Amino acid sequence: MTRNKWISGPYLVWMVLFIVVPMGMVVWFAFTDNVTGVFTLDNILRIGNYSNVFVRSIWLGALATLICLLIGYPLAYIISRVDEKYQNVIVLLIMLPMWMNFLLRTYAWMSLLEDNGIINNLLAAIGLPRIHMINTSGAVVLGMVYNYLPYMVLPLYSVLTKIDGSVIEAAQDLGANRFQVFRRVIFPMSMPGIISGITMVFVPSVSTFIISKMLGGGGNMLIGDLIEMEFLGNSYNPNLGSAISLVLMVLILISMGIMNQFSDGEDATGGVLL
Amino acid sequence: MRAARFWGLVLSAGCLMGLCAPSFSAAQISSDPVASTRSDVTINVYNWGEYISNGTEGSMDVNAEFTARTGIQVNYTTYDTNESMYAKLASGGGDYDVIIPSDYMVSRMIQEDMLAELDFANIPNFQYIDGDFKNPDYDPDNKYSVPYTWGVVGLFYNTDYVTAEEAQSWSLLWDEKYAGKILMFDNSRDSFGIAMKLLGYSFNTEDEQQWREAADLLVQQVPLVQSYAMDQIFQKMESGEAWIAPYYSGDAAILVEENDNIAFSVPEEGTNYFVDAICIPKTSTHKAEAEAYINFLCDPEISYENCSYIGYSTPETAAKEMMDPEITENEMYYPSEETIANTEVFIHLSDTTNQLLDSLWAEVKMGGPGQVGELIAILVLFLGLYIGVVVYKRRKRAREQ
Amino acid sequence: MKKAKAVNERAHTRTRGNTSPLSKLYMALIFLFLYAPIVVLIIFSFNDTKTMSRSVWSGFTFRWYVRLWEDSLIQEAVWNTVIIAVVAALFSTLFGTVAAVGISHMRGWRKKAVMNLTNFPMVNPEIVTGVSMMLLFVFGAQMLHISSLGIWSIIIAHVTFCLPYVILSVLPKLRQMDPHLYEAAQDLGCPPLRAFIKVVLPQIMPGVVTGMIMAFTLSIDDFVITYFCSGTTQTLPIYIYSMTRRRVSPEINALSTVLFVVILILLVLVNMRRSDDKKEVRT
Repeated sequence: MTRNKWISGPYLVWMVLFIVVPMGMVVWFAFTDNVTGVFTLDNILRIGNYSNVFVRSIWLGALATLICLLIGYPLAYIISRVDEKYQNVIVLLIMLPMWMNFLLRTYAWMSLLEDNGIINNLLAAIGLPRIHMINTSGAVVLGMVYNYLPYMVLPLYSVLTKIDGSVIEAAQDLGANRFQVFRRVIFPMSMPGIISGITMVFVPSVSTFIISKMLGGGGNMLIGDLIEMEFLGNSYNPNLGSAISLVLMVLILISMGIMNQFSDGEDATGGVLL
Repeated sequence: MRAARFWGLVLSAGCLMGLCAPSFSAAQISSDPVASTRSDVTINVYNWGEYISNGTEGSMDVNAEFTARTGIQVNYTTYDTNESMYAKLASGGGDYDVIIPSDYMVSRMIQEDMLAELDFANIPNFQYIDGDFKNPDYDPDNKYSVPYTWGVVGLFYNTDYVTAEEAQSWSLLWDEKYAGKILMFDNSRDSFGIAMKLLGYSFNTEDEQQWREAADLLVQQVPLVQSYAMDQIFQKMESGEAWIAPYYSGDAAILVEENDNIAFSVPEEGTNYFVDAICIPKTSTHKAEAEAYINFLCDPEISYENCSYIGYSTPETAAKEMMDPEITENEMYYPSEETIANTEVFIHLSDTTNQLLDSLWAEVKMGGPGQVGELIAILVLFLGLYIGVVVYKRRKRAREQ
Repeated sequence: MKKAKAVNERAHTRTRGNTSPLSKLYMALIFLFLYAPIVVLIIFSFNDTKTMSRSVWSGFTFRWYVRLWEDSLIQEAVWNTVIIAVVAALFSTLFGTVAAVGISHMRGWRKKAVMNLTNFPMVNPEIVTGVSMMLLFVFGAQMLHISSLGIWSIIIAHVTFCLPYVILSVLPKLRQMDPHLYEAAQDLGCPPLRAFIKVVLPQIMPGVVTGMIMAFTLSIDDFVITYFCSGTTQTLPIYIYSMTRRRVSPEINALSTVLFVVILILLVLVNMRRSDDKKEVRT
């Protein structure tokens, strides 16, 4: 029986080869010159030039995460209270859009938000003034919220649905009002769901590309767009791109670390998220 | 993050699991019978988007025609800028047999030893290329490239909102009156080219100061720009979403011909005259087949079909003669000597300038240069937050115990 | 989560089902938000437009579906996508299940290290995973003098990002299993491999199937990592991306509609089959 643990050997080799080694290459590229290949700190130092991209990405990502939480929490709560017969169907309906490619979903929003788009045409038809929506940071946040909302709702729902009704009843019996029940019982118990929801929305939001390109117009480039630009886009420099990826990764890992402190991190779901 | 999918499955272990599951086999079932009969050789052709006659609207499907005639399959993919095509090849991320870069990119790739010398014995149709287009500056001995089409850069504008006089100058792109309705090239060389022309410099300068001035000008433009776009301009201009866009003259075939309210002008400050040429990368593994493809594209009849559809100007008189005189006499498609006299060709820049251009462009796109301090502040903030939380949790635990 | 676990897996004691009108309205609004873009996409796939407008209705047509059906590039892309997904799903399931068995026997720091390695690709931003693999593949292709990136690199990349999901679906099943069963089988003279297939596999099968399904859908839908590792190969998401960059044609709406309908039909089918199963169990 003890021999069995060695059968995961090939897996380890695979993961080292295709996860650890590539990461090593990113580090290697980040610290070498793109022409001579000698050690340099230039790439890292040059990232400073793009600080506003980092600020913008983190800000918009955080905003999208907050909005997802504010919209998603009540939704998850409502679903967890719905008759069990319908719960699965509702959850399924929430997940269904996720099975469409995100490029198509984002593309759909373009046609809705444009100045001559569907929403504005509807507004004009009923005599209201047109609103400029596309190519603003608001549109980028909307795109993120739309794409990642299910990632917030699902973990919240799975936690909320497991809260035993008798716990709530007990709290009520002890004289807690609705707000107190929420504040003292439901909210703390749903903490793991909140934590994984936040992580699952924040990470892809910060590192997204394409969404900003499609909905954000000229002035809303994000870190993901910058990395793409350095590797396969209009200013080829994989060394600089690697340096930016490295910084992005460090930022993400630190924020995961922060989030991890809030969950007790011993159960399986915590494990999934680091 | 994919984890969500995982969640989705785990949380509803009951019903959902089976459900979500095979959902995607969807695509497979619907189009399974496709599996095309493959001949031995497939060449990878990498071309600009919207740059070949593809069989829609009664045009000739050039790639299908090639396969029908030669049996060679074409794996056709597209890029939207010279620079991204270059990145894909330079990174080693793609193994292409035929590419169609513009003049300056051809010379850059020659210089960096990325192109294969063509065997003109396999390209007899090269004889149809007009003398003016042979031995061009970007490929002086004409060893690496065969011209595909040519044109000039100009301004497309919506006549409902913009007057023809205004469109006589590139400064229209900096006019605050049209903020949010302006599109700009999503590539460094074309964008900087416009800024340089407006400043009255040559866009082939090696003077760093002039490039930086142009970059400043482009940064000023950022708040006015609706979007940095390439082929997306078609939709944005046609729907009236944007009113002003610099683009290539050949695309007037769609924009101006099919839309009454879109016009094209070549600004007085002068512009860029470009030739896009067909080349074979050094890494090509099917060089002979690639040359057959080039030869096919140079066939006057094919060139005629192709250029009639895409709207760009053909470098072959034989093909031009087949076209409707209404087109060949049109200034938009075949600009007059006068217009061409006021143009400049992109020339290959030195490596230093190219790198400067690349990094300046990234800065422009990101909204101007930032500060190192800001980035360090972010990192410190994150770390501080992390340490703060850890310490707080420790204390709390200690207190609880 | 710990606390939640302590209570029953599903709490039945609480009264459910009395949703207030306000809650219903809220849910309706969310569903409007989620589905409005999709409905719009579908409607405009039938739009008979000359100006290629995305938002002005000018008559009904099936033209875009016909064109979609004739588009050989899309067919090629679909074919590639399916091949990659099948290979990646089979391989990562096989590989991941074996690995999970090994991991389940690990203890202490070793297990912790392996789990961290497994979790890493799931928390790392996709774009970073994508570019890092691209660097490796390009380097490897140059070292081995093979033609550059293509279907092989996409498959390796997909197997790599699918493996953690397979392992995480199989591990809990292994944990639930009684370890003595396997030993008992061996004591009775069953060779290890046979014992594994006869005893262990049936018990972890649900986890294995979930993992495989996960891997398959992830692979089919992946854009970011594929984008960096694809070389000259086009998969469906890559093709969709190039469609969004080109002059827009309602063909892309038609494609979305087809995908959506296929997903929907499959969901309904699976659902019906499931309820049939339940009925059989009951009778």
